[in-house]
Amino acid sequence: MTTSAHSPAPAPADPDPGFDGTWVVVPLFCEAAVIGDVVHGLRTRFRHVVCVDDGSGDDSAARARAAGAVVVRHAVNLGQGAALQTGIAYALRDPLTRSVVTFDADGQHRVEDAAAMVTRLHAEDLDVVFGTRFLDGRTELDPVRRLVLRAAVVYTNRTTGMRLTDAHNGLRVFSRRGAQALRIRHNRMAHASEIVHQVGRSDLRWAEQPVHVLYTDYSRSKGQSLLNSVNILVETLLG
Amino acid sequence: MLVIQVLLLVVVLVVGVLLVRSTAGARHQAVRRLLLGALVALAVASILVPTAVTAVANVVGVGRGADLLLYGLVVAFLGFVVSSYRRSRALEETVTQLARRLALDEAPTPEQARHHEGDGPAAGA
Repeated sequence: MTTSAHSPAPAPADPDPGFDGTWVVVPLFCEAAVIGDVVHGLRTRFRHVVCVDDGSGDDSAARARAAGAVVVRHAVNLGQGAALQTGIAYALRDPLTRSVVTFDADGQHRVEDAAAMVTRLHAEDLDVVFGTRFLDGRTELDPVRRLVLRAAVVYTNRTTGMRLTDAHNGLRVFSRRGAQALRIRHNRMAHASEIVHQVGRSDLRWAEQPVHVLYTDYSRSKGQSLLNSVNILVETLLG
Repeated sequence: MLVIQVLLLVVVLVVGVLLVRSTAGARHQAVRRLLLGALVALAVASILVPTAVTAVANVVGVGRGADLLLYGLVVAFLGFVVSSYRRSRALEETVTQLARRLALDEAPTPEQARHHEGDGPAAGA
């Protein structure tokens, strides 16, 4: 790859089977137990993975690096939204980037889903593909979590005029244009609604794709408390 | 509805909307300081001449001067909460931008990363 004969900025129409123009952005905060496996998994399909270490106190960053990811490190903990925006900014610094994937660090997403979404983004010339856990019956959720997520979707659809089935899924794929349109200002968890809002206000072409979210004991224990939805609501309303 | 109720509701809502919506510029700071000054003056007056403040309170429909002072305090407190929330949000945004710039500048560039990843697992696919 170092002395390639072909032109450095190709614009092929093929769906980029090696995903060489794709950066996977993984916001990372204290996930040392699983991040190595997550990055290894991603690297079976994607060449470029950037973990944004959001000021972790454990050796998450070292494990991510050992597994083959580039690590960009926030000096202080800022929150997942801030980490996503940093990772997207990093991916956009690469002139060869054609698409950007956001992927959670706790192992709840499947690499095959991400790969399928990238392929679809390029094949259908979309700007955003949102993962959704509600379009098919694979993802098992407890009733309270399902209710809160449904309420969030109803609220988001009301305020954006979009028709999404899952507004808070960490698995998303953006085209370069889609990634450039994002300006995530909510540092913590309200960024999911914020992304949907910004896409809704833009002229970006978007679609939803069913994905399977794996609720392991680990991801459940690391996942958001349902009370946090109160914080999300306040942050969203107060700006 | 009592005069004071209408008055306080209007003030609370106006203060809330103003502080939430517009950017906290010099004019808003001045308005806040004037309001705070009025509150201090009211507090001083209520200590020196309680009857006078009570008289003012009676005019707007409040029983005692101390109650009027309390209402003023509630309004001022709400304004304080909202403006300090806004200020901390602005500060947070500044810190975020600084930390992001620092993080990106310290990291290997994507070009360097591509070079190192040349023999990555994806190449074998």
